[in-house]
Amino acid sequence: MNPTLSAAQSLADQPRYDCRNAYVDTLADLAHTDHRIVGVVNDSVGSSKLDAFKKAFPDRLINVGIAEQDMVGVAAGLANGGRIPFVSAASCFLTARAIEQIKADVAYSNRNVKLCGMSPGVAYGELGPTHHSIEDIAWLRAIHNMTIVVPADPIETAAAMRWAAATDGPVFIRVSRMSVPQIYGDDYTFQPGKAITVRPGNDVTLISNGTVLWRTLVAAEHLSAQGIGARVISMPTVKPLDIDAVLAAAADTRGIVTAEEATTAGGLGGAVAETVAQHHPVKMRILGFPQFAPTGSAGFLLDHYGMSPDGIAQAARTLVE
Amino acid sequence: MSTLAIEHVTMPVFGRLDPHAGRAKQVAHIADAARQIRIQDLKLVHYAGAGHIGGDLSAIDILTTLYGAVLNITPDRVDDPERDRFILSKGHVAGALYTTLAAFGFLPVADLATFLKPLSALNGHPNRTKVPGVEANTGPLGHGLPIAVGHALSAKLDVSPRRTYVLVGDGELQEGSNWEAMMAASHHELDRLTVVVDRNRLQQGATVRETNDLDPLDQKAAAFGFAVVDVNGHDHGELLDVLSSVPFRPGKPTFVIAHTHKGHPISYMSNNAAWHHKVPTPAELEQALDELGAGVPSPSRGAAA
Repeated sequence: MNPTLSAAQSLADQPRYDCRNAYVDTLADLAHTDHRIVGVVNDSVGSSKLDAFKKAFPDRLINVGIAEQDMVGVAAGLANGGRIPFVSAASCFLTARAIEQIKADVAYSNRNVKLCGMSPGVAYGELGPTHHSIEDIAWLRAIHNMTIVVPADPIETAAAMRWAAATDGPVFIRVSRMSVPQIYGDDYTFQPGKAITVRPGNDVTLISNGTVLWRTLVAAEHLSAQGIGARVISMPTVKPLDIDAVLAAAADTRGIVTAEEATTAGGLGGAVAETVAQHHPVKMRILGFPQFAPTGSAGFLLDHYGMSPDGIAQAARTLVE
Repeated sequence: MSTLAIEHVTMPVFGRLDPHAGRAKQVAHIADAARQIRIQDLKLVHYAGAGHIGGDLSAIDILTTLYGAVLNITPDRVDDPERDRFILSKGHVAGALYTTLAAFGFLPVADLATFLKPLSALNGHPNRTKVPGVEANTGPLGHGLPIAVGHALSAKLDVSPRRTYVLVGDGELQEGSNWEAMMAASHHELDRLTVVVDRNRLQQGATVRETNDLDPLDQKAAAFGFAVVDVNGHDHGELLDVLSSVPFRPGKPTFVIAHTHKGHPISYMSNNAAWHHKVPTPAELEQALDELGAGVPSPSRGAAA
């Protein structure tokens, strides 16, 4: 069953939202109803927009200072003590600096820790590749016992958080800073490991998530105007991947384009490629960042690497022509 | 050489004494258990053909004191939210931990015969999802102290008296994550957190001093906001007194520098870096068991080894 889409017509013209706002509102809601919920930050109170949370729950926002290894280890210890920590830090530092703690203390130890990668991908635009977090999906996808969720709008961000809070085990959620239109209606329910066919089509398949999903939907509109039926699959859970949805797309359409705000190596594109290569080979185009990005805003960089609606449509056409 | 088998598992199971048994009885009980744990662990490493015997022998008196008389945890309460937590940060001495856990009933003594065998729960580094009583999957160094700080924070949030102990190696303190965690521990005034340093002054292939010196460790820990206590890490009475009387300073976490010898008390291993993960030969095992009086029965429970 698919949720209703908030706007059937061009998402490009809709208002845009910073998903961090949905994140902090949802975290506060969760904290009000469940005393186990705590926030853990690496000085990232402001960049995670957690000032109001800190006022409401001064004891339950644990700021370890600029110390990411300690931050993730502390979260694992809080979970050992029965708390549900939402670690909230810039995704680049959270995932790179603390990856061994993520692997050993959280995933391998099977601790109930929620890792929330703020401002992921190229959200920090002009600050450059030190602050970009395009590698996070590939790194964490290699770690067993780690669910990876890349929400596409504020509704999905909030729904994924509510699911994560109610589910025992390690979860990584990307929380986008680059503003996006609202894609889903209020009836949206997050289903882990399940793809959503947000637009039917049988010529070609576009699979996306996060900040690129709305661009992919607009690309499908362009393709439709050219007589090409593009199926658009939203894949909020990169791990575990909805293999059935991928294989159906491989069987029903002539090729698959993946598009994501992440590296072309090992991300959503890699996950889809691993699946079709083993079970139902089809032609693919993997859109993402193949290298350290040059200077530019987040939106510019997506366009620059072929993830404008036109760029995505063009990649799709190469599979059907 | 024969491989590890059930006939090599000879250790008796030790219960906890009544808390009011008196100090002399407690100390004798810990000493008895520690001797048997050493005997068993030496056999495990010898017959399994692998392990970290030097660090095991350095840490066993600390482990035995904690499980034998200090920690508020019993085999039937490993999931009790109010149990004390012990985190072995120097996860490579898993053999010592498993043997200690078995000695106090947390896992069947017979399970020790599977140490390091294919598909055994008893991996070279501990796994909490497979071994009852293990709190964290450690092995990479510098992980236990942050986890301990997190648990101590949870106890403080819960206004719970439960305590947190973490055992770190001294070489391990070269990892910066420990100092990140120590800053947070004193900042949050976690006075029910105790860091025990197994201060054997040796790391994998050289002394800590030659490698990247830690001294003055006591002053460093004090500067990071800890109440610092020095103990003889092989003296069960000193360990019992210190580990059961934390906190020493209200509002401050405790930093116990337990002075130890790698390989203690085996004559040819003690304070010898070569025994970091060397495996004793049959003759060396025989000598070590002889030095530990393995033929002599435990005073409190008759023939054992």
